[in-house]
Amino acid sequence: MDFRVNEDQEALRDGVRSFCEGRIPLEKLPELEEKNAFDRELWNEFAELGVFALRLPEENGGLGLGAAEAVLVFAELGRYLAPGPLVWSHLAAGRIAGAETGETVVGGIDLSRGEAGPHLIEYADNLDVLLVLRPDGVETLDPKTLALQPVGVPLDPLTPLMQVESLPSGERIGDHALLARLQDEGAALVSAMLLGIAEATQTLATAYAKERQQFDRPIGGFQAIKHILSDTFVRQEAARAAVYAAGATLDHPEAGDVLRTVSGAKVIAGEAAMKNSRACIQVHGGMGYTWEVPAHYFLKRTWVLENSFGGVEDHADRVVARIESKL
Amino acid sequence: MDLRYSETDEKFRSELRAWLEQAVPAHGTPPATHDWPARRAYDTGWQGKLFEAGYAGINWPAEYGGRDASLTEQLVYYEEIARANAPYIGVNFVGMLHGGPTVIAEGTPEQKERHVRPILTGDQVWCQGFSEPQAGSDLAALKTSAVRDGDDYIVNGHKIWCSFAQVADYGELLVRTDPEASKHGGISWLILSMDTPGIEIRPLRTLAGEGEFSEVFLDNVRIPVSNLVGQENDGWRVTNVTLRFERGTAFASEMYNLQELLAEVARAAKKVTRHDASAWDDRSLRREVGHIQAELDALWAMLKLSISEAGETGVPGVGASAVKLYYTELNQRVGELAMRVLGRAALSRENVGALPSRHFLHKALQSLSLTIAAGSSQIQRNIIGERILGLPKERK
Repeated sequence: MDFRVNEDQEALRDGVRSFCEGRIPLEKLPELEEKNAFDRELWNEFAELGVFALRLPEENGGLGLGAAEAVLVFAELGRYLAPGPLVWSHLAAGRIAGAETGETVVGGIDLSRGEAGPHLIEYADNLDVLLVLRPDGVETLDPKTLALQPVGVPLDPLTPLMQVESLPSGERIGDHALLARLQDEGAALVSAMLLGIAEATQTLATAYAKERQQFDRPIGGFQAIKHILSDTFVRQEAARAAVYAAGATLDHPEAGDVLRTVSGAKVIAGEAAMKNSRACIQVHGGMGYTWEVPAHYFLKRTWVLENSFGGVEDHADRVVARIESKL
Repeated sequence: MDLRYSETDEKFRSELRAWLEQAVPAHGTPPATHDWPARRAYDTGWQGKLFEAGYAGINWPAEYGGRDASLTEQLVYYEEIARANAPYIGVNFVGMLHGGPTVIAEGTPEQKERHVRPILTGDQVWCQGFSEPQAGSDLAALKTSAVRDGDDYIVNGHKIWCSFAQVADYGELLVRTDPEASKHGGISWLILSMDTPGIEIRPLRTLAGEGEFSEVFLDNVRIPVSNLVGQENDGWRVTNVTLRFERGTAFASEMYNLQELLAEVARAAKKVTRHDASAWDDRSLRREVGHIQAELDALWAMLKLSISEAGETGVPGVGASAVKLYYTELNQRVGELAMRVLGRAALSRENVGALPSRHFLHKALQSLSLTIAAGSSQIQRNIIGERILGLPKERK
């Protein structure tokens, strides 16, 4: 057992981080917002980076990597609030033609808990294929055939939405087994993005607390602020361990309980992102409440991700179901 | 990023498990909390058995009789000890986790000869003499004085929170040897033989009703200079070598054990009737248990990460503060949940019907000490804020 991020994994993570830092730094968020978030060129660059083909075997044009590497990559995408249906297209790679190269933009919606309409579909305007998780399997739909209505103002300015009253049955591409797999992998990748947000908001708030002066000293010197920030660090570390465990267990199911580890990660990372985003706004004071400081983007994206592939309550229920049989 | 244990680790696990399966039941049930001689005998007897079997001092160097196990074997050890519900380290705590490692790291050959092996075999019990009434979180403010007189120090002062003092043979004592030096610069680390004249021990009763902590009064106690560990006035550095262990893996088995307590809480909930159903039928309770289980799993993963990242040295870094904060606050939440499940049965320290009030209240009350001992949660937050995040230090 060596739980550390190894050198190759570090190199992969650093590569994605420097790409994002150069291409979508926080300062560029307003620009992306004006483009209605989805940027085709950027999407192709994500594809070239291997975001979608990461886990496909090399003979199928993939990078042949595992879930451990995928969570590191998606944590970086989360940290930089990368736009687009990244998780869905990654899950579709190898299953829907063109997803791995970025040519086909695949989005999705999780109705596996029997959710009733109307449904909000992320990036609906940009999708070539819509994956639908149903309680008993997985389907695809052609978004052009749907009666999509625009949603004027989405919560997350970088996650545009369209609404549809109900979704017809689509073409079935898999049964329970595929459903379970996509649920677990999707939850793990979304957890990784939430980890990225927990880390980004901790970093942003800490940097501000060192710089911002009140009462003739940096506010980070006051215990009241310092302790808020220490708690953001602890939550980030718990989320990091939980998300890495999810990645490692997906790759080697013999090392643990996949479902419990993945759901645990979604609970821990979801709460870490939520609480750290709020703390980030609080530490920024009045400016944290403005649109100018990027803190709000993180909290808003967290709400999107919290509602992707099951929320904290759903996953706490899944965890308890796993231990209940052993009581 | 690999969580699979190696074949060597699994072999170690199965051997240890087999040994524990016979050794734990054979050791009998723990004696009553207040029966200190019996507790010493029970705890040190177990330590002796660990030693005989080759499992004492799992992280101690082999040249001192330890197992010198790899970090992953240590994790396996903590998992299995917890799983087997093996006796708690008890009165051996200070010797095994502070005194012994400090003497190994800083002691003279004579000191090592006199203490290391007897601690490991359970023949020598240590207590701690660090804190004072006016030196708690601000430990370096300690005032107990040691004045040189020939080959002895003459020590006067008042120590508090001395775990297991009433049954200890030796104490690790922090004293001020240079009152003129800076706060951290005039402290020394001494070995105190507990049978020296001039020592008075007064047990403190904790809110859990127990007496493992004492106050120790030192009145012109003579300690030979040969009992100085490390250099005179270098005691602060010597101390910090071992304090980090306490914040690292010292509680690993207890962390793992929390899972069992949570399972017991769930089992108890099935026996409680509320609103014509069992408390376990309450979805919000089940959800809370699931939530806490997720946090316990995250805690164990954090410990694995911290141990993996500590590398070959095995010395936990400042990141151990995050593990300690997370563990201690979570522990209190499990304790509180246990009491809420009991309902009015939590008003009794003895079992009520089929409900394990005795055990749950013991755990819940004891958990209150964890966010205070070994660096309070507030001190841990300062450590994280200043040493990890690089925030400005407190004005002192």
